[in-house]
Amino acid sequence: MGTNSFIMIFLASMFANNILLAKFLGMCSFIAISRNMKTAFGMGAAVTAVTVCTALLNYLVYSGVLMVGSRFFPETDLTFLSFLVFILVIAGFVQLLEMILERFLPALYFSFGIFLPLITVNCAILGVNLFMIEQGLKYSFWQTSAFALGSGGGYWLAICLMAGIRKKLEGADIPKPLRGVGIAVIITGLIAMAFMGFTGMAEG
Amino acid sequence: MMVYIQAVAVMVLLGAGLVLLLLLAGRFLCNYGTCNVTINGREPLKVKGGGKLLDTLYDNQIFIPSACGGQGTCGYCKVRVLSGGGPLLPTELPYLTGDEQAKQTRLACQVKIRNDIELEVKPEYLNVKRFRAVLSSATLVTADIRELHFTLCDGGQLEFRAGQYVQVSVPAKGGSVFRAYSIASTPSHPEELELLVRRIPGGLGSGYMHKLQVGDEAEFTGPYGEFELTAGDTELVCIGGGVGMAPMRSLIRHLAEVEPERSCWLFFGARTEEQLLYQKEFEALRKRMPNLHVVYALSEPEKSPGWNGETGFIHLAAERHLQPGVKRQAFLCGPPQMLSSARDILLGKELDDKDIFADEF
Ligand SMILES: Cc1cc2nc3c(=O)[nH]c(=O)nc-3n(C[C@H](O)[C@H](O)[C@H](O)COP(=O)(O)OP(=O)(O)OC[C@H]3O[C@@H](n4cnc5c(N)ncnc54)[C@H](O)[C@@H]3O)c2cc1C
Ligand code: FES
Repeated sequence: MGTNSFIMIFLASMFANNILLAKFLGMCSFIAISRNMKTAFGMGAAVTAVTVCTALLNYLVYSGVLMVGSRFFPETDLTFLSFLVFILVIAGFVQLLEMILERFLPALYFSFGIFLPLITVNCAILGVNLFMIEQGLKYSFWQTSAFALGSGGGYWLAICLMAGIRKKLEGADIPKPLRGVGIAVIITGLIAMAFMGFTGMAEG
Repeated sequence: MMVYIQAVAVMVLLGAGLVLLLLLAGRFLCNYGTCNVTINGREPLKVKGGGKLLDTLYDNQIFIPSACGGQGTCGYCKVRVLSGGGPLLPTELPYLTGDEQAKQTRLACQVKIRNDIELEVKPEYLNVKRFRAVLSSATLVTADIRELHFTLCDGGQLEFRAGQYVQVSVPAKGGSVFRAYSIASTPSHPEELELLVRRIPGGLGSGYMHKLQVGDEAEFTGPYGEFELTAGDTELVCIGGGVGMAPMRSLIRHLAEVEPERSCWLFFGARTEEQLLYQKEFEALRKRMPNLHVVYALSEPEKSPGWNGETGFIHLAAERHLQPGVKRQAFLCGPPQMLSSARDILLGKELDDKDIFADEF
């Protein structure tokens, strides 16, 4: 099994290079929404779905239009637009997703509340999109889907872990100045250290 | 050079593509066609789907109470949605008790009409009318309470029971919001509407009502409110403070007109003497109503040196005066703490919980 197989990329991006715990992207929503398991789970699902879909869309846009040797403008290097284009695609996609959810899954839509629009500016999602093109396009379309699925899944896993721990913390006797966000950040650090243990596995 | 043209072209095309996609999606996803709304088993209304239930009903002359302008923050707009309401939304949960949830009660401002829908609303809501009225006179009765007299436009009449309230439509940013005000006039004058409004600093509705000039028109819906005076030999007990005087004034003046012999207590609490309302009027009424007892009490008598009436909180005055075991009906109207203490006293005087009616404001 090579390091670039679907499974390996998926596992590496989910554990060893966890977007939250190794790269510390998407912290704001992670801290804000991990108070309750149900919303944390929903948020994780939403982030995963949006990450996978936008990464694949942006893959097509990047390889079709922006990069040198692209399908439509092979001569010109438009990669300086990637940032702008990616944000636009993410924003448009989230809008569309909102409409679809409101129509077909209203309860889920309302339980996201303000978070769904906030996904638009979730740095984890933009982060995945930008890592994808960090050294040109390092992955094929399928590898990219594994990478996005793993990264989204990593966020999902981490936010649910956090929600579980914070539930347990409710009864704990925490020093007053550390209550709330303070202890949450410390615990994030501890989980992140535990996740560092995966590093050898993925690269070995 | 080429690069720039291509860059601009890419951005424009992408932007246009996204806009087009969203517009198309909006067309197909947000179009719910025509839906049937059945209310209390009557002939269904045909309405355009996609709107909020509260707004759609309003457009069809059915006025569900609402104080927050459909923001989902007042919990007044409860209706029972028997079918077609979709799942209960998290925004509704804080306002619905377990019992109400079991009975499929929903907030009309949160439910969207996506398909045919079957409702049950309180029958009295179907009698609620929208009307306009002109301010004919207004006076300040205390430093911050204004007494407003409206005359209904176009010879209109409002049939209501003493103790009910109306909602005034207050112009606000992005539409209008509604605020509830109890009717202080009596049902014998259906062409007229008297309200008492306390000014709240920064208050939208109360500010509007205090700014209205004689001759200005305002829009109302009403009447709302479930209080119903039981007939016969029950004694009426009114306990309240401040602007809670409005419905009690309506009730007592109504009794003076129709049953002047009826036994009736009015307990009215205030902090200082300046905040007492209508002392002279009730003094005069007592000549016509031999069984009317009026008790005013001040909670901060040290600020009103000339005062020689009762002192302390008003629920304690009620505790002192009322004998237990009399058949009574109570109407409470005032701030929340006053109401809960008064309710406890009345329960101690052997009143049944269902005979105690409270309007909190
Ligand atoms: C059934 C019913 C009958 C009512 N009858 C009357 C009546 O006869 N006369 C009357 O004056 N009012 C009455 N009210 C209250 C009235 O409907 C409004 O809530 C009140 O006038 C405040 O509205 P506003 O738009 O001025 O204030 P808002 O713009 O809603 O609020 C402005 C600020 O004032 C605060 N605030 C709101 N209400 C109060 C309050 N009561 N005391 C202190 N601060 C407050 C808010 O928190 C906010 O910060 C009644 C309410 C109900 C539910
Ligand atoms: S109108 Fe206020 S909660 Fe529905």
